[in-house]
Amino acid sequence: MTDSAMTPDEHRRADEAATGPMLAADGRPLKASLNRALRRQKLRAMMLIAPLLIFVLVTFIAPIADMLFRSIENQIVSDTLPRTTTELAEWDANSGDIPPPEVFHALFKDMFIATERKAHTRLGSRLNYELTGVSSLFRKSGRRVDDMGEVYQDQFEDLNGFWKDGENWSAMMGSGSWLSAMGDWNGNKDAAQPIFEARGDIASTLPETTAIYSEFASFVLSEEDNVLTEDPWAVVYAALYDDLANGADVSGLSGNGAAELQEAAAAVAAFETVDFTAAFADVDEDWHSIQVWETIQTYSPNFTSGYFLNAVDMQKSPDGPEMRPENQRLHIMLFGRTMFMSLVITFSCILLGYPVAWILANLPARTANLLMILVLLPFWTSLLVRTSAWKVMLQQQGVVNDTLVWLGIVADDSRLALINNQTGTIIAMTHILLPFMILPLYSVMKTIPPSYLRAAKSLGATNWTAFWRVYFPQSVPGIGAGSILVFILAIGYYITPEIVGGTTGTFISNRIAYHISSSLNWGLAAALGAILLAVVLGLYWAYDKIVGIDNVKLGG
Amino acid sequence: MVALTPVERTEPSFYVPVVAAFGALAGLFVGTAQGSSLLGIIVGAAVMAGVAFVLTKVVKDETKSMLSLIALLAIVGFLMGGIAAALIGAVFGWFFSWLSFWLYESRYRQHLVPYLTPGQVLWHYTFRVICGAILVFLITPIIVVMPLSFNAQDFFTFTPEMLRFDPAGYSLKHYEDFFSNSDWQNALANSVKIAPAATLLSVAFGTLAAIGLSQPHVPFRRAIMAILISPMIVPLIISAAGMYFFYSRIGLQGTYLGVVLAHAALGIPFVIITVTATLVGFDNSLTRAAANMGANPVTTFFRVQMPLILPGVISGGLFAFITSFDEVVVVLFVGSAGQKTLPWQMFTGLREQISPTILAVATILVIISIALLTVVELLRRRSERLRGMSPA
Repeated sequence: MTDSAMTPDEHRRADEAATGPMLAADGRPLKASLNRALRRQKLRAMMLIAPLLIFVLVTFIAPIADMLFRSIENQIVSDTLPRTTTELAEWDANSGDIPPPEVFHALFKDMFIATERKAHTRLGSRLNYELTGVSSLFRKSGRRVDDMGEVYQDQFEDLNGFWKDGENWSAMMGSGSWLSAMGDWNGNKDAAQPIFEARGDIASTLPETTAIYSEFASFVLSEEDNVLTEDPWAVVYAALYDDLANGADVSGLSGNGAAELQEAAAAVAAFETVDFTAAFADVDEDWHSIQVWETIQTYSPNFTSGYFLNAVDMQKSPDGPEMRPENQRLHIMLFGRTMFMSLVITFSCILLGYPVAWILANLPARTANLLMILVLLPFWTSLLVRTSAWKVMLQQQGVVNDTLVWLGIVADDSRLALINNQTGTIIAMTHILLPFMILPLYSVMKTIPPSYLRAAKSLGATNWTAFWRVYFPQSVPGIGAGSILVFILAIGYYITPEIVGGTTGTFISNRIAYHISSSLNWGLAAALGAILLAVVLGLYWAYDKIVGIDNVKLGG
Repeated sequence: MVALTPVERTEPSFYVPVVAAFGALAGLFVGTAQGSSLLGIIVGAAVMAGVAFVLTKVVKDETKSMLSLIALLAIVGFLMGGIAAALIGAVFGWFFSWLSFWLYESRYRQHLVPYLTPGQVLWHYTFRVICGAILVFLITPIIVVMPLSFNAQDFFTFTPEMLRFDPAGYSLKHYEDFFSNSDWQNALANSVKIAPAATLLSVAFGTLAAIGLSQPHVPFRRAIMAILISPMIVPLIISAAGMYFFYSRIGLQGTYLGVVLAHAALGIPFVIITVTATLVGFDNSLTRAAANMGANPVTTFFRVQMPLILPGVISGGLFAFITSFDEVVVVLFVGSAGQKTLPWQMFTGLREQISPTILAVATILVIISIALLTVVELLRRRSERLRGMSPA
């Protein structure tokens, strides 16, 4: 290869091979030195950005992520009814039978603990979203589970006075180290109460009793009562009965309560028992309804698509998702209305904004600046000020109707209903969003040379042709930018529809707010929000493709 | 563009019917208000046709005819319906005398290019009237609210006293209510506490980040920008819902800190956008020169960079301020009754017991917006001048 045939790069490599890499002033290879400078520059930029990035991630992105999580999260059922949901997993809803007795037995324990923790009403209202009536069913059952457990409690207490006393229980159930720690703590309000620890041999012989007593102990602890002296729940007796009736071998036990346990083990065979299946039916017939159990089973998993299905007017059923009955469909209609009204508003904004933007772009700068104030002033005025102005003006006895009556255009007794309906929302929102259309249109039209139109006309085009074939195509980017902006803003609007929309002019966002603050169905609110967010982000992506987010301008 | 369109006076057969048509329109309204539309149209057309002819052919002098017509119609109006009608009469008088001479002298043609057909001239003016109507639509709510806030009655429309310009029809009682009612005063105090704190946070973080973002080599620049701008894009109701869920998890729901953080997050995109825009024209050799002369980075920032980008920082701060000051959706969810801000109080007022005090508050807020708008506009011009983008 001759020297002249080498590319510059090959030259460089040849040089490098001959003399070693090029060096910077401090003796490092130049390449490494430059890389280091670049890295430092990047690091400095990142350090300037980092505080804000972390701030936004914590205060804004985390809440959005939390909302998305809530739209699928469903731990409340398995948290509140852990035993029931495990037992229920085996049950086949299509068999036509109610769940087996084990399920009702588990339900008793779960319901008892949930009632003590006052968690059963929350679960009741959660399941009520899926099946009306569950809320009152849970509330009713919560009041009655106490009676069911007392059957066992009374029999144990009749057998031996030992079982009446909470101190005997804690002495029997607690491990030696826990008991001595409790002795040291001695009810001291300032120190933390030691956490309950079960005795090893009791835990292995009486597993169910230990599990429920531990839950009892942790509840007492959280209530800041003394675990040592507190009398146990009735459900603990029921668990003890279960353990003994299942043939737990207590003969090998020694220490606190061993003798009483052995006495009880001999006696349980003669105990009166409770048929929980019948007992729950006694509380409410609904416990024997397949539908209730189906609902609990469907919503047992920790994550559910139920909220999203609800958000698109569907529901879960044994045969997979299906549409809700006709009279319960609401959300698709609301999404449709939100889309439709946003389109109408966007279109009205184009219609009203285009001429104004054109005249602003074509008038002499002085006049245009003056008129621009008329556009910017509403833009800068508080949203609530403008909404209140429209609320005041559009009333039956408001300025608009008064003027129309005075001019004789409408009769006094047939004043127009301009507010609390779709008309009100469209008028007010068109006014509020109009500047967002005019400003991008104006900035695009400003760049179209007026000589193009004159050239078209001098070549024989009529006014209309010149506008439609020459001017309009060049203003389309402005229309696109303005429309997407107005549309994005419109579909997420809450305040204006809430105030002037009445019942027929409300948007999906009003439904979201309703579910957050009134019906407290947060999961559904989150699912509706997630769908709306997806639509907006899609549009935003389109906006970024068409206009570029860096080109967002504020004000003039 | 200077149009050298030769103009000459038009014939009465052109301008008299045009003025008569406008007269008929005015007569329609006056007539309907008085009871008979048809009579109004006929009388209006006939009178104005006569007026146009008399003014141009008999009186001839424009100033004199304008003054006399204004006086005449004002007196007629006064006799028909008091001071308000007199004012309308005077406006009619000015309009019709101006219209007559504008058409008679062909002034409407003067500024238009000579080759326009009559149809095109007509369209030209129709188009302007349409634009004027739209601009009126834009500004009307603000214009109407201001006088209504001085209403002496608790009505939301102009009372007959107000229309007669009777001083008894006006009062400051809604303003007094605003300044004496403890609900409104608490709300104002909360707004004044929350907005500056949120602004300070967003300006401090936002300015630093904007400077970072304008460096030449920033990894993941687009992704970072998208995250930082997102509070502006995500609908407020979704931000509010998310913040409500998340802030109640971490115990910030219903606290001042929670509201301030939420508002700061909402204001950040505005600071980023305005400051980045200012930095676009920033000459980086200035900082290098400063460093070259021995200034450390902190001194360079405060003595060289900051004064140049200050207009952008301040207008970004104003945007952030007004975002927080006007914001209602997020505070409605993130705040509790203790953090009730002015917009929240207005929102409650609008939804529950609507009282005219809202109009007084609205007027005060409009005045604040006008002041802020003026400041931002002045700063924008100053910034462009500083960066040499447009001549002073």
